[in-house]
Amino acid sequence: MEKLNNEAILNLIQGAFPNDVLFHEEPYGLLTLEVTAAKGHEIIEWLKNHETLSVNYLTNIAAVHYPEDAGREFAVVYQLHSWKNLFRLRIKCYLPKENVSIASLVDIFPGANWMERESYDFFGVEFIGHPDMRRILNEDSMDYFPMRKEYALEDDTREDKDDRYFGRNNQ
Amino acid sequence: MGKIDDVEVINGEGYQLTTLDKAIGLARANSVWPLPFATSCCGIEFMATMGSAYDLSRFGMERMSFSPRQADLLIVAGTISKKLGPVLKKVYEQMSEPKWVLSVGACACSGGIFDTYSVLQGIDRIIPVDVYVPGCPPRPEQIIDGVMNIHELVKNESNRRRYSDEYKHLMQNYNIEIEDGKAE
Repeated sequence: MEKLNNEAILNLIQGAFPNDVLFHEEPYGLLTLEVTAAKGHEIIEWLKNHETLSVNYLTNIAAVHYPEDAGREFAVVYQLHSWKNLFRLRIKCYLPKENVSIASLVDIFPGANWMERESYDFFGVEFIGHPDMRRILNEDSMDYFPMRKEYALEDDTREDKDDRYFGRNNQ
Repeated sequence: MGKIDDVEVINGEGYQLTTLDKAIGLARANSVWPLPFATSCCGIEFMATMGSAYDLSRFGMERMSFSPRQADLLIVAGTISKKLGPVLKKVYEQMSEPKWVLSVGACACSGGIFDTYSVLQGIDRIIPVDVYVPGCPPRPEQIIDGVMNIHELVKNESNRRRYSDEYKHLMQNYNIEIEDGKAE
């Protein structure tokens, strides 16, 4: 079997989902696709079950916040790996801040469970169909999603901080 | 022990006279059982302190107690995240009186460099602390100095500290229940 290259992979995906691959690029040789959020689940399932591609490993799920990007403030990034064909690819789905939700991958990759909980914990991305959608790392009583850029990274309960000692005196 | 000279005594031929409080304080100070609650790099320094080069066991601390029930001194060394806070508080509550707390390192004392949403900004927000050891991380000598300061407290404060109004008030501030001991 001839070795699969990015172009061949892209052609296979675009052949099966002609309207759902919105954008593609290859930074550092890593095939990166932006697909419609509604079809993300279906495409990843198709990739996994595809006879030739056999993308059988979900390396990571991450979320990104782009507050100035109206209508697509949140990105969910899936990094996938085919152990059989030894290639990786990255799939991005963009979500609007009004409805930060996307289908869960737990039914395809059980390992997605904790990764999705982590993305929920830090960015508030709701994974629909996830069996246990709650925080994983932060304390349960936390009432915001700390990695969203509208929240300060610093702890707001410190009283002993004097900006003069931190070189932040703007007067 | 061999340190009876430290306390105010009246030495006579074949006898030595002191108060029971001081004798008990001395015995307590030289048999403190620490519970190491070590979470990160300060924990490594604490391990060096326990090891043979610095040898904390010289001060009657041969045995680390990993059961809070049998420990006298809680040594908190390292970053305590907000999620770990309730665990630390529970450990403190499970220790029986009398008990002391040594806070080792910048993180345990004040949150240190981790001025961030997930880190407790000093353990004194959830439990009372007797001695603070600054440093990032502190040298074993500094930790030993902190332990010496704990010893001074143990020797000199009232054996019935837990019944004093100040102590009860302190515990109330931290929302920690104490047994209603009968001093009389």
